[in-house]
Amino acid sequence: MTTSEAIRKNFGVVEAEEMVLNMGPQHPSTHGVLRLKIRTDGEIISHIEPHIGYLHRCFEKHCENLTYPQVIPYTDRCDYLASMNNNHIYVLAVEKLMGLEVPERVEYIRVIMAELQRIASHLMAVGAHGLDTGGITPITYTFRDRERILDLFEYTCGARLLYNYIWIGGVSHDLPPDFVQYATEFLDYFEPKIVEYNRLLTYNKIFIERSADVGVLPADVAVNYGASGPVLRGSGIDWDLRRNDPYSIYDRFEFDIPIGTGEMGTVGDSWDRYFVRVREMEESVKILRQALARLPKDGDVHAAIPKKVRPPEGAIYFRGENPRGELGFYIISDGSPKPYRLKMRSPAFVNLSVFSEIATGWMLADIISILGSLDIVLGEIDR
Amino acid sequence: MEFPEIVKQIEAAFPEAAVSVDDTAGCILIASENWLAVAEYLKTDPGTAFDALMCLTGYDRGPEGVLGAAYNLYSMEHAHKLEVRIETPRDDSTIPSVAHIWRTADWHEREVYDMFGITFDGHPDLRRMLLPDDWEGHPLRKDYQIPDFFHGIPVPKDKRGWE
Repeated sequence: MTTSEAIRKNFGVVEAEEMVLNMGPQHPSTHGVLRLKIRTDGEIISHIEPHIGYLHRCFEKHCENLTYPQVIPYTDRCDYLASMNNNHIYVLAVEKLMGLEVPERVEYIRVIMAELQRIASHLMAVGAHGLDTGGITPITYTFRDRERILDLFEYTCGARLLYNYIWIGGVSHDLPPDFVQYATEFLDYFEPKIVEYNRLLTYNKIFIERSADVGVLPADVAVNYGASGPVLRGSGIDWDLRRNDPYSIYDRFEFDIPIGTGEMGTVGDSWDRYFVRVREMEESVKILRQALARLPKDGDVHAAIPKKVRPPEGAIYFRGENPRGELGFYIISDGSPKPYRLKMRSPAFVNLSVFSEIATGWMLADIISILGSLDIVLGEIDR
Repeated sequence: MEFPEIVKQIEAAFPEAAVSVDDTAGCILIASENWLAVAEYLKTDPGTAFDALMCLTGYDRGPEGVLGAAYNLYSMEHAHKLEVRIETPRDDSTIPSVAHIWRTADWHEREVYDMFGITFDGHPDLRRMLLPDDWEGHPLRKDYQIPDFFHGIPVPKDKRGWE
């Protein structure tokens, strides 16, 4: 849809002088240091251009000067809301390049951590989306529960945000005593809370008005732009790398893939993307319960950690499902202890590129809701 | 389709396109001038149907070597993968843009241009992606020298204290 068509469809014919407006980089609703250059016609967006790079640290250049294990803390800092998932996928990429097998117990611990982190990240996304649309209260609820997950991480590895927990060939610490019990207690506590969020925010009349039918992303556009994760599933495409391109031990668990159904409006609107996240938390709880029940009792988590990490010459592209979508690592190895080239394909970078396509033709206040539904993290967009 | 079949199909449709085929890595090197036609074919042919571009990576084969770009394609319909590589000489590096075929390539090509200085012919808006517009050089090239000054501000190179 062209700009003028979109405007006419949504608001009829409007004629006013165009104005260029800068939003960000220091703006609370841009989820970090994102600058949006907006051309508005009255209050309607006729063109939008995201400017990124304010948080650029040249992660990829750093990696060329670090050994493979030294890169892990840097992946923490790329997507700081989903550090465990970043560790996990990076480590799996290097292990695949090396052809390394890890003990069963390690695989289970990694999946438990990755799914806990997915819930924590979605809690942040759900709360922040509420905040973007004017609901101040929900984020205090989601933060309260996210805190309990961070406590579990702190109990396991000492860190609350940037863990460096998943190592090549293993994990840094074995699970502490009674972890399974504490994690199960958390899940029992958490499951009824999802109902609470739904009553508080999901089915709130104001929230629905602000997000349903807003920023509709058609399925073919989503695929062509390479959108992934909840943004793609919100458009009604049944696609999750944990099931469609299984890695680690995800093929052993039973879980559903929630997709957007257009329950409140059109398939692929902001509300659908939001609700996919809420339902994904339920699915993560399912995976966690299965993983905690089947966790092998014995096994040294340090047993398979190699003394020297020197992958053979070659290149690999490995991808996995991070809370924001498809996180991929393209690694070229020249046989030395440092990567020759390491590229991180970050899901938020690709999901943000679709933003100007779906935000055009909407009002200024709506783009905040659309941006909130994309759930971007500037740390991994700018890298 | 498996990798050898895809390669066979490409070679049948474009007899001179494939420069080399690496079976172990599952990647095919295609001549730069044929890339646009091959890309359109890979996307639209019902047998290959590569509708998703997973990743686009620029790389540098060393100060004397070539620059290149690796395209990781995926077909959501057939669930098969293909890695295509395009290489281009260092002093006059140009690759045809595929941003109109896969929109994913739009920002990724800008990023590769930013970091490696490869020009993508036919890109709708080829500007720097992550670095400031007035940045000099392309940092991920292997022969990149860290500048002494940026806008008159000295760039610290002394690593004492943190290494």
